[in-house]
Amino acid sequence: KCPGRLADYASAYVHRRIPGGPGKLTLLCDANTDGSFLVHHFLSFYLKANCKVCFVALIQSFSHYNIVGQKLGVSLTVARECGQLVFLEGLKSSVDVFFRAQAEPHPLQFLREANAENLQPLYEFVREALKPVDDGEAAWRCPVLLVDDLSVLLSLGMGAVAVLDFIHYCRATVCWERKGNIVALVHDSGDTEDEENNILLNGLSHQSHLILRAEGLATGFCRDVHGQLRILWRTPSQPTTQRDQSLTYQYKIQDKSVSFFAKGMSPAVL
Amino acid sequence: MAAVATCGTGAGSTGSVVAAGSKNHVTSFQRRGPRASGSDSSYSRLVSIAGTRPSVRNGQLLVSTGLPALDQLLGGGLAVGTVLLIEEDKYNIYSSLLFKYFLAEGIINGHTLLVASAKEDPADILQELPAPLLDDNFKKDFDEEACNHKTAESNIKMKIAWRYQLLPKMEAGPVSSSRFGHYYDASKKMPQELIEASKWHGFFFPEKSSSTLNIEPCSLTHGYIKLLQFIQNIIYEEGFDGSNPQKKQKNILRIGIQNLGSPLWGDDICCTENGNSHSLTKFLYVLRGLLRTSLSACMITMPTHLIQNKAIISRVTNLSDTVVGLESFIGSERETNPLYKDYHGLIHIRQIPRLNNLIYDVSDVKDLAFKLKRKLFTIEKTDLGYSGI
Repeated sequence: KCPGRLADYASAYVHRRIPGGPGKLTLLCDANTDGSFLVHHFLSFYLKANCKVCFVALIQSFSHYNIVGQKLGVSLTVARECGQLVFLEGLKSSVDVFFRAQAEPHPLQFLREANAENLQPLYEFVREALKPVDDGEAAWRCPVLLVDDLSVLLSLGMGAVAVLDFIHYCRATVCWERKGNIVALVHDSGDTEDEENNILLNGLSHQSHLILRAEGLATGFCRDVHGQLRILWRTPSQPTTQRDQSLTYQYKIQDKSVSFFAKGMSPAVL
Repeated sequence: MAAVATCGTGAGSTGSVVAAGSKNHVTSFQRRGPRASGSDSSYSRLVSIAGTRPSVRNGQLLVSTGLPALDQLLGGGLAVGTVLLIEEDKYNIYSSLLFKYFLAEGIINGHTLLVASAKEDPADILQELPAPLLDDNFKKDFDEEACNHKTAESNIKMKIAWRYQLLPKMEAGPVSSSRFGHYYDASKKMPQELIEASKWHGFFFPEKSSSTLNIEPCSLTHGYIKLLQFIQNIIYEEGFDGSNPQKKQKNILRIGIQNLGSPLWGDDICCTENGNSHSLTKFLYVLRGLLRTSLSACMITMPTHLIQNKAIISRVTNLSDTVVGLESFIGSERETNPLYKDYHGLIHIRQIPRLNNLIYDVSDVKDLAFKLKRKLFTIEKTDLGYSGI
């Protein structure tokens, strides 16, 4: 069985399992490989599903996501212009914030500060971006916060606790108050002894309903199988006697899609 | 056919994207003005910049690293708007050479250079650049190496006198008339007249350290703040970011930063495990922001083998676009190992960016060795990986 659009399937499954419940936190994680294809996938998925999306894009430029988005069937430009997408372009904004004092608090304010304590301005930005629209004109479906990626915040001077607090506040607003979803990418730094990153990853893993973990193959590079995707469904509120479910697939990334197959079942092998 | 939009502001993209014919490619750079609101305007003026070519896969504008063999391994070249991080070899011999090839390529193509160092005066670095290989000598050396070379340009007519490329750049013209990537003779120096004809800016940290800062001290070290200010200033003043219509640039700014992270820059990550863990990474982030919003490309050499805290190396890698590691055999047990006698070291392609794409050209060649032989720096596949390295 090879579900093509696996991430969609996984997301839909989670929503069905806890009917009517508050929104979900999905953690994307990559270890020894590049998990950005998952970010692109969720971005296009939620835009196509008519959700209002706030994308905190810290690691690449707008046009990068836009060009890939077009391959996946969405136009970020159109989404931004009609108000469906609020896009924070970290790289470009960082230049503005760093070289010029801003009149008002900027979401990336902490770049200018020697010892920024928390990410409150960033949280305020998200809250403002996803606040309900009263006029009822453009009735988007549930709000979504997408972050690519949280590990960068650690590189920019914020502690793991500050980042966890930021997600906590976002959950309160986006997931509980607004019944929306959060999808965030964190790198798994493996054995590089990145303490702060490990704290962040472990902390978020415990809070997530769904974890999608892209891993490089243990046997090294393979042209036909780019990696392995582990999907872990968690129910944070349930007693721990209930086992978390997990599935593992291998994947190959193509120009406009990703194909998944069961381990050892790559078309190249069969 | 090869074309790029004129420099303008835009959505702060990775680099210029080629607009081919009537196909509605997204142009990253656009003019300021009524059309500049969206980033998918199909308007683009076809202008070719010397020393650049579009990537065959995604139209990304590329410049040569100065080493055609390395360009091949990186999928055609270094993308404009990105950072190439070179992890220095132990004694900074070969990384320093790559640094010079990068700058020399800039001079040959007429690009503007920005050379930053805390160790050597940029003027001295430029004096040490290798000379480009001329026709006759090149062909003789090249034929001998041809069977080993990975480059596809095996029959280039070097008879196109390379000196012609140094004439004032044309407004528009087929890119194919100018070479992409040149070969250099490491044993000869770049002719003085070429250096003098070039446009370059130098940042020598010991000379700049005393001047005042106009940015509040954040967690960056003094040296990094000054360097960022310097770079931002050049980009702005000379119009590489397209913000000033009077000074719109049709040229590339090549930024070369040497030994970043070393104690000479005032950073302590090479001295202690609990050094300032955010200074370098913050610097890289803002630098990349500057690169993404301008017509520039940057090569950084970094003594990663000296960095005490391994987590920093991993973060630095995540914050760079392309990462190449050099490992020389000097002083290691491999130097006397007969298996390695033909080579000077290994070259590791640690990371290649997936720009504007879900996929990227993954080279299936993992064991690459280099050698500096008879003036040429060559990179070859080896089977050494299976001999138990």
